[in-house]
Amino acid sequence: MSTVTAEQVEKVVRDALESFGAETEGVTLETTFEELDVDSLDLAELSQIVEEQYGVVLKGDDMKQIASVGDAVSMIVERI
Amino acid sequence: MALVTGGSRGIGAAAAHALAVDGWSVALTFRTGEREAAEVVAAIEAAGGRAVALRADVTDPAQASAALDDAREALGGPVLGLVNNAGVRDDDLAVSLDDERWQRVIDTNLTAAFRLVRDALRPMIRARFGRVVNIASVVGPRANAGQANYAAAKAGLIGMTKTVAVEVARRGVTVNAVAPGFVRTALTADLPDEVVDGVPARRAGTPGEVAACVRFLASDDAGYVTGSTLYVDGGLSA
Ligand SMILES: NC(=O)c1ccc[n+]([C@@H]2O[C@H](COP(=O)([O-])OP(=O)(O)OC[C@H]3O[C@@H](n4cnc5c(N)ncnc54)[C@H](OP(=O)(O)O)[C@@H]3O)[C@@H](O)[C@H]2O)c1
Repeated sequence: MSTVTAEQVEKVVRDALESFGAETEGVTLETTFEELDVDSLDLAELSQIVEEQYGVVLKGDDMKQIASVGDAVSMIVERI
Repeated sequence: MALVTGGSRGIGAAAAHALAVDGWSVALTFRTGEREAAEVVAAIEAAGGRAVALRADVTDPAQASAALDDAREALGGPVLGLVNNAGVRDDDLAVSLDDERWQRVIDTNLTAAFRLVRDALRPMIRARFGRVVNIASVVGPRANAGQANYAAAKAGLIGMTKTVAVEVARRGVTVNAVAPGFVRTALTADLPDEVVDGVPARRAGTPGEVAACVRFLASDDAGYVTGSTLYVDGGLSA
């Protein structure tokens, strides 16, 4: 049971992307990490932020399955 | 803040001193040498530096990871400098080298270093700054009969250094190796003085001379040096 909403998770993901230097204006859930020029090291860092924030552990294999912002948000929400 | 493994004596103790002189707060780990480690801490403090000694057998993943946490706790702030110095040798000709002795040397000199690098990198990447220095050896890149295990571990350490370096270079984190030649420490106490006959400089190196290289690689000035191996060997591998 958790009270974390998808919107809150999306905000965490967006903030993280911004801290990686990605341009997050106009970004939707459909936007892909490739379009944002977010690389594998950024995703490893995102997984660390998510772990610190929600205690959710995303492994390298999990990260390979997510291509878009929406994929990341759904996977995190699912695991919380 | 920097973590130096095997900082209770020899090259690790000298590296801890050198980093402290450069302004790093230093956590040094030891496995058995508690009193020696306390002396190193006292000397650093007497010189105006900040240091703490932590007991950790680096081959035990739980103890290694606890050392990173304890260092953070004791000195405040993440570990942004890591010197993988803890090392052992256990020599024999390959034909006589049993699995246990092979594994012990690989575990201490290579696997333990990898685990610490992996765990320390995350905060470094977040901080957009980090310095990893792995103490390798001239043995590995070059042969030394009787040290198949040690050579494999040290060559592996250099390979790991290069690959991790390119993975994290764009985050301001550098990963380098220092490869000492013959340095007089407890590790080499059993070797005869004649070893220096094969060294172009005709003398053994000192822990301080190795530490000076560690200090440089950990400095801001070395920000564009990454994936490299700095030989400190009196010309032995030239
Ligand atoms: N001396 C040389 O000529 C030479 C040449 C090339 C490379 N190196 C490398 O330089 C590094 C330092 O060597 P040194 O000559 O200074 O040797 P040393 O005087 O024997 O010191 C080794 C240090 O490593 C620690 N250590 C060993 N196993 C450990 C473990 N499992 N967990 C935690 N700490 C451990 C020891 O602590 P405890 O005693 O408390 O266990 C000690 O502080 C090593 O990686 C060595 O391979 C040395």
